[in-house]
Amino acid sequence: MNTVIFRTAAPLIVATMLVFSVYVCLRGHNEPGGGFIGGLIAAASIAVFGMASGVPAVRRALKVDPLAIAGFGVLLAGFSGLLSLFIEAPFMTSIWLYLDLGETVVPFSTPMFFDIGVYFVVFGTLSAIALALESDREEDL
Amino acid sequence: MGLSLEASIALAALAPFLAALLTPFVHSLAGRYSGWVLATVPAGIFLLLLGVSDPVIAGGTIAASFGWVSSYGLTLSFFADGLSLIFALTIAGVGTLIILYSGAYLKGHRHKGRFLAYMLAFMGSMLGLVLADNMLALFMFWEATSVTSFLLIGFDHNRQAARRGAIQALVITNIGGMCLLVGVILAQHLSGTWLLSELRGLDGVLKDHALYGLVLSLFIGAAFTKSAQFPLHFWLPNAMEAPTPVSAFLHSATMVQAGVYLLARMTPVLGGTPVWTGVLVAFGGVTLIWGALGALRETDLKQILAQTTIASLGLLVLLIGLGSEAAIAAVLVYFVAHACYKAGLFMVAGAVDHEAGTRDITALGGLADRMPVTFIGAALAALSMVGLPLTVGYFAKEEMYLALVGGDWLMLLVLAVLVVGNALLAGVALIVMIRPFLGDALPTPKNAHEAPVSMLAGPILLGGVGVVAGLLPDWLSAHVLAPGATAILGHAVEPHLKLALDLASPLIWLSALTWLLGIVVFRQGQAIRTVLRRLSAGIGWNADTVFDLVMFGLIRLAATVTRALHHGKLEFYLLVVFAALALALFWPMLALGGLDWIVPTAELGDWSKRLVLPELRPYEWGVILLAVLGLLAVLIAQSRLIAILSLGIQGTALALIFLLFGAPDLAFTQLMVEVLSVVILTIVMTNLRLDARDHRPFEDWARDGTLAVVCGAGVSLLLMLVLTGTLDTRLSDFFTATSVPIAHGANIVNVILVDYRGFDTLGEISVVMGAGIAILALLRRRKKTEGAGP
Repeated sequence: MNTVIFRTAAPLIVATMLVFSVYVCLRGHNEPGGGFIGGLIAAASIAVFGMASGVPAVRRALKVDPLAIAGFGVLLAGFSGLLSLFIEAPFMTSIWLYLDLGETVVPFSTPMFFDIGVYFVVFGTLSAIALALESDREEDL
Repeated sequence: MGLSLEASIALAALAPFLAALLTPFVHSLAGRYSGWVLATVPAGIFLLLLGVSDPVIAGGTIAASFGWVSSYGLTLSFFADGLSLIFALTIAGVGTLIILYSGAYLKGHRHKGRFLAYMLAFMGSMLGLVLADNMLALFMFWEATSVTSFLLIGFDHNRQAARRGAIQALVITNIGGMCLLVGVILAQHLSGTWLLSELRGLDGVLKDHALYGLVLSLFIGAAFTKSAQFPLHFWLPNAMEAPTPVSAFLHSATMVQAGVYLLARMTPVLGGTPVWTGVLVAFGGVTLIWGALGALRETDLKQILAQTTIASLGLLVLLIGLGSEAAIAAVLVYFVAHACYKAGLFMVAGAVDHEAGTRDITALGGLADRMPVTFIGAALAALSMVGLPLTVGYFAKEEMYLALVGGDWLMLLVLAVLVVGNALLAGVALIVMIRPFLGDALPTPKNAHEAPVSMLAGPILLGGVGVVAGLLPDWLSAHVLAPGATAILGHAVEPHLKLALDLASPLIWLSALTWLLGIVVFRQGQAIRTVLRRLSAGIGWNADTVFDLVMFGLIRLAATVTRALHHGKLEFYLLVVFAALALALFWPMLALGGLDWIVPTAELGDWSKRLVLPELRPYEWGVILLAVLGLLAVLIAQSRLIAILSLGIQGTALALIFLLFGAPDLAFTQLMVEVLSVVILTIVMTNLRLDARDHRPFEDWARDGTLAVVCGAGVSLLLMLVLTGTLDTRLSDFFTATSVPIAHGANIVNVILVDYRGFDTLGEISVVMGAGIAILALLRRRKKTEGAGP
């Protein structure tokens, strides 16, 4: 799988997939998509990147351990639920905030952060597994 | 004092926990004086409790309550009446001396700070236990004493015996803890209150209920395990593996007395019935004699004292079982007397061990010359244990005889048991006082000299209290006996102790008989020990060995079950999983007659004519064909890579079907899952060989094939079954109607995931991450073993 074509094309594919995954994740509340699917797409892109450029390169590019990303996701999702403490509502009551930017209105909400948390968990966990399987040497794990 | 009464009660229970948290810092600051510094905590609590004791002595109670789980109506409430205050003062008072003693006993020990922290935490649990009003709080503190005592018994965790003793104590007392939890919940259900102070006002609500027997046995189970009643007594001698301060504190005056406290506390609501009296008196009596004989069998000072503690606990349980006014008075006086002399004697044993290097009474003698102050402490305690006049022990004995004199023959039998038990204990007391200290001096491993003052303060002070309180019977009965007995019995009890040697009363003669027998036991100690040792060797097994057998059996059982379920053959795991799936599919379908719904009935006529191909567009047929082809390709593929890719084709076709029939979210997810499975499977298989295909025996092939077909048929039938009924659309209607207005999202699937059922999703993503960690751990292990191989 180490062909020149694949290695040249891979970064482009990966970049497109990553951007697309964020798009899918964010539009999920109203259109097909969401954090889970977004995370899957992003993890697939990482797996492809790993095949093309080798695991060490991917790890360098990621900067953080993928499992740490997953942990961050769980925390983010949990904390988004805790925000309802401040409006004295039960755990995970959603809070919505519409930011008026003049031309358009951007909705912010705790479910959005929750969904981003899901995205990170799926992305982090599956990337960690894929990279661990792709790596041959122990120090890459 | 600026504190209100209520706040001081709560503070008494919670302050030791705070102190325990601060102990490491205190210890690193105060160093070798940390014992003195930390002893101020229990001392302060003691004074605090003394300061608030006036209204309680006058017959009142102090209550304090805080919100706990207010949504369930639970409050963290404390209350103090005569009973709790006697226990709390004993705990704090003895605790002060013990902390002081520990400071010197563990001088220079690496983990002294940790030890003191455990001790303080235990003290807090114990104070909380006796001061708790809410029964759940009582349970919580009860368990906290079990856990802290586990830590303390196993403090010297490098020794196997200490670990075993700790685990044994934890197992036995936790069985009781579970009993208590169930009992408490049951009592709340029957009475409608969590509060002990309210419960005892509801006379008859438990006693007359059909479930009384169950409640009673649960509470008795809790008390008997904690207070080491026969046949669950064996953990207590093994707990002597703990450092001596622990034994002096936990196993004399505090933790083991928790069971006695519970029984005394429950007397108004559970006591007084024939079952109560019968069980408590019988088990208490057996425990008394058993423990006293056990003490005579031992030569190790701590073991002797542990066995006498078992005997004393039996005595207390017996007296609570009797439940008369005099018996309850005896319980209280005996509790105070026992706390003073037993803690004192344990500290003496520790001092002797510390300074002379051994605790074996056959190897000790004539220490009185070299450790005179220690000897005075031992003598004061032992005399109270013997029950000589002018000591508290004397009144305890008088009261218990008073409770029984003049009864029917059954009472006289109990009286005989008490006299024998007390005589044996008196003999043991003389042995403990005289053997190590008087007689010819024997060479000891260490050159014995007097212990430091912080180790002597305990025995001398406690022994002194035992005597001084014995000189003040009026004070004792007014300040201890009357409020305590009133609290236990629920009606006012008049103080009545007086120091008078009335030769016409049978009590004095019973006491004299006890002393006489005690002296006989002391003189014949050697012979009795030989006989007892031969007897126990003749029997060959005891409760301790049974415990080992049970624990060993449990471990064996766990290992067998684990081996059976967790054999490591992936093939069988999958087989079991799918067989279970098939069972789960077909069993309900057959049992509930689901197949009748699918099988066409006669009124439909010739059903084969009704079988028509559904109206599908050509490209839809194409997709279905793709799925079937993919599936067939998996089955006949000659190499693994082709099989994996074919599986991907089949899955992708399935995703297309979802897309065509209106489930874009599902299709999307399915597609991504397929892509990732193909990628991951390929990577995994790259590590093996991709080009080959396994050759499997025909039996395996047939077996797995059958199972697969059965599962597939099951799912198909289930789906057909679902379609025959009318779809219950209440849920989907609700989501469709409310998704935009209240959840601000048009994609119902996503809204359910992140909002309506967000809590489930939170759990799921945690599981996803957990699974990821597990997979990484497995992979890492595999690489390690590969690396370690040749």
